[in-house]
Amino acid sequence: MAGHEETVYDALDQAHGGEGQWAFGTGFDDPLAGVDTAVPDGVDASDLGAYCLMLGDDALVLSQRLTEWVTRAPELEEEVALANCALDLLGQARLLLARAGTCGVLGRSRSAATGSIPDEDALAYFRESEEFVNHHLVEVDGGDFAATMVRLLAASAYRLALFARLRDSRDPVLAAIAAKGVPELTYHRDYAARWVLRLGDGTTESHRRTVEAVDALWPLLADLPAATAVEARLAAAGIAVDPCVVDGEVRDVLSTVLEQATLEVPPWPTPRPSPGRAGSHTPGFDELLATLQGLAREHPAATW
Amino acid sequence: MSADLTAEGGHGAVPIGPSIPSGLGGSPGGPPPGRWPLYEVFVRGKRGLNHVHVGSLHAPDDEMAVHAARDVYTRRNEGVSIWVVLASDITASSPDEKDPMFAPSGDKVYRHPTFYDIPDTVPHM
Amino acid sequence: MSVATDLPDDGLQRDFESIIGHDRRIEPRDWMPEGYRKGLIRQIAQHAHSEIIGMQPEGDWLLAAPSLRRKAILLAKVQDEAGHGMYLYAAAETLGADRGDLTDKLIERRQKYSSIFNYPTLTYADVGVIGWLVDGAAICNQVPLCRSSYGPYARAMIRVCKEESFHQRQGFELLMTMMRGTPGQQAMVQDAVDRWWWPSLMMFGPPDDDSPNSAQSMAWGIKRHSNDELRQRFVDMTVPQAAVLGVALPDPELAPDEETGRYRFGAIDWSEFKAVISGDGPCNDERIARRRAARDDNAWVLEAATAYAAKRADDDRALPAA
Repeated sequence: MAGHEETVYDALDQAHGGEGQWAFGTGFDDPLAGVDTAVPDGVDASDLGAYCLMLGDDALVLSQRLTEWVTRAPELEEEVALANCALDLLGQARLLLARAGTCGVLGRSRSAATGSIPDEDALAYFRESEEFVNHHLVEVDGGDFAATMVRLLAASAYRLALFARLRDSRDPVLAAIAAKGVPELTYHRDYAARWVLRLGDGTTESHRRTVEAVDALWPLLADLPAATAVEARLAAAGIAVDPCVVDGEVRDVLSTVLEQATLEVPPWPTPRPSPGRAGSHTPGFDELLATLQGLAREHPAATW
Repeated sequence: MSADLTAEGGHGAVPIGPSIPSGLGGSPGGPPPGRWPLYEVFVRGKRGLNHVHVGSLHAPDDEMAVHAARDVYTRRNEGVSIWVVLASDITASSPDEKDPMFAPSGDKVYRHPTFYDIPDTVPHM
Repeated sequence: MSVATDLPDDGLQRDFESIIGHDRRIEPRDWMPEGYRKGLIRQIAQHAHSEIIGMQPEGDWLLAAPSLRRKAILLAKVQDEAGHGMYLYAAAETLGADRGDLTDKLIERRQKYSSIFNYPTLTYADVGVIGWLVDGAAICNQVPLCRSSYGPYARAMIRVCKEESFHQRQGFELLMTMMRGTPGQQAMVQDAVDRWWWPSLMMFGPPDDDSPNSAQSMAWGIKRHSNDELRQRFVDMTVPQAAVLGVALPDPELAPDEETGRYRFGAIDWSEFKAVISGDGPCNDERIARRRAARDDNAWVLEAATAYAAKRADDDRALPAA
């Protein structure tokens, strides 16, 4: 595309600092390019892959829910902030799904998709509902802005606590993914916390909506602390983080924010095995997947 | 028909509607409740020495303003220093001020800002 | 609040014209004719509205983007467009406009946005074609605006243009990938090109002898080139790109002119475009309705934040003197 416009842009670029980089940073290409993806000694590859799917699906599904706010956000500043969060989580999902692919946990998805599409896309677009292992917390409908902020607060506090410890994982790939994710998740958690404060301690109406959001969301927190068998094995091997160790920290964060927001902290629900982690999802999940996957599945032989 | 269009608007071909004053002032007595005030944003890049004015945004308070500025004006680049200031807190002057009618209130950052509560009785305002 | 009426002494008018004449910038504290100020507010505001409304046709494909990489690219692009709208509203505000007020006028249809965004994005290929053709045309319009006589607008445009060049390249790259792909993908691209080519040409506006504002805009350094000049530049740039892609442009009269090295093209049918502009387009109502809903459904959010801030301000004032 040579010609007039190209020259003009070069001149503009040089005149104004010549950063020459994509506005939001890079990261649009192969997420694990140049990274040694060998599975660490003594670690079962399918366990590691299954764990990456858990963390990856949590990010992918939450990213999808946040993306629903594009063109519907309360203000332009929130458009940018929400898209930022969604983009960060999408980046984390890509890294984790790619890692799962290198561990070979592709199953039926690999044969459903053309051989030339990357593992991350085979997994994202060609798995069935029962193969997704995200928590219900990230898949439920976004609701109003209060519900979205309460959910984002809970999900990012939990994920941040996991990732902070995951930086010490014996799997260097997970450690690297976690290290990159910690500043991102800190930002998400703090963004959501600022909003929960303002909505809880804002107007009567915003307070009412936030109370409703907390009440609706609270039972889903029961799914977070209990480790699956995979997580227990991997935690013992120094690879994964047992979610029960972060439970106290997450409770502290949520209590602190809610109290400061003049909200009552409901009693903590009794932990239970996460149905989402077992592939059992809420009724709305089918529709989420249909939207996410529909176009790609119409063209299974296509590269995009 | 073609008199109905202009090529304005960046993406071109904007229809010309009935002639209505565009965005002149806010509502009398200030913006409606819930409208967030205007903040000016200054950014200092990693290797720079000075903060540079990059634009403005709306936020309900200082804390939200500085974080919004990070999102919008630095795209979350680490190591960038940001200042946000309420536009109404800025006192300004220009090097070649040539307009004597402007001099008495010559400390506003914009010539025609909407965020000043000007009584209706002041002439030429 | 009314604005300063135009009773300048000749000195102010001369200084203004001198600045324009020397191709320097008018800045927010300078004296300026009311027509200049109002015209700029309208133009900048409508440009900003276009960026925001423009998020919708592509944004509608975010949830279904068929690869995670494309999803990320599109999400970053749509986020950029929000940012562009913000830079432009900020420029309009330096002239005394209020962003919320401008948004209200958009929703009430008292201010407009570029009609190109009243076309629907029927397939995923439309996303690529918007990047290639619509952003390409917008860049032709916008690069000259980087030298607009009004400083804040020119500076906003420099930033916008820089980011928009990435958008166009990525749209083109998507199309290249699809054209090397399955027959279904190729057909999708050709169909999208067939639908978006003429509307893209119409983005440049009517032939200049029909355009009432052009002469004054040119004199004031707001508009730098004629509509026809920009349209011709766009065609000349784009035809070779179409050849690289392997798509046909839906104009049987498109042909190179051996003498000038430019491309001749067929007559534009303005009547269809007029229908879209006057509200008979499929998406006119939808675009505004979405914007209205975002504002109205979330008004309580903005009020809550304002109330919270007021309470904190009250708390500060209530502190005892140290």
